[in-house]
Amino acid sequence: MELDGELLRRLRAGDERAFVTLVERYNGAMLRLALSFVDSRAVAEEVVQDTWLAALRGLVRFEGRSSLKTWLFSILVNRARTTGVRESRSVPLADAGPAVDASRFGPSGDWAAPPEQWIEEAENRIDASKIKELLLGSFDALPARQREVVLLRDVEGLSSTEVCAVLAISEANQRVLLHRGRSKLRQSLESELGGAAR
Amino acid sequence: MRISFLSWRWRFRSGPRELVCQEVVELVTDYLEGALTTVDSQRFEAHLTGCPNCTEYLAQIRETIRLAGRLTPEDLTPNMRSDLTDLYRRWRDEG
Repeated sequence: MELDGELLRRLRAGDERAFVTLVERYNGAMLRLALSFVDSRAVAEEVVQDTWLAALRGLVRFEGRSSLKTWLFSILVNRARTTGVRESRSVPLADAGPAVDASRFGPSGDWAAPPEQWIEEAENRIDASKIKELLLGSFDALPARQREVVLLRDVEGLSSTEVCAVLAISEANQRVLLHRGRSKLRQSLESELGGAAR
Repeated sequence: MRISFLSWRWRFRSGPRELVCQEVVELVTDYLEGALTTVDSQRFEAHLTGCPNCTEYLAQIRETIRLAGRLTPEDLTPNMRSDLTDLYRRWRDEG
């Protein structure tokens, strides 16, 4: 795979194919991120297009201090926040429920209803496309801010520092959102796949 | 009465208290992020050593992360590709 830096050099030199390659590399991820800010797919696609245009215009100023991906995501988040309405509906951190429902623990705080096994199921017995569908559905059900953080960290593989920069949130905030989001994804996998062997 | 209060206080202050499962599940992300203090990290690991349920829980969180990492962004549709190519040409012609 050609490095981003090399593509940028070609892009600055006016090579359209370099642009297409970058679009192929990042557009899907950008669209998915945009969809966590805005309700409609059409608006999300518009936000992504705006982002590409802003990126092309800002190309000369991009110094490569962050990765290209992080830079693109930052532009996108700024655009999406001015366009998006979805996010304003979810109050940050209002969703502070426990990682695991309190009813599953006894009075001493030990497990009363321990986690049901499902890893083996997910690894060996379930079709990968079914898992993917299940996870995407669970992602959709997450509050927007949790979805953004889990998407950037666990799907896109950004570091916590990069996520904080892209979303303009603190490390502590990032961890709380990541924690809630991951806990809910785990819960839905357990609910769907757990105990199936019995 | 007074003595037991003092001994309770002493117990409370000396050595770290053991974590219970309900606390452990709330610390999982901080643990994985390396955000726990050394002492808390040790308490966390000490709990796991004796608790197969929390060990399973941590494994499930790791598996969740792994499965999320396997999701791939959707491919470009032909329409999206041509929109973006147009956009590039507009930009090129701006300058």
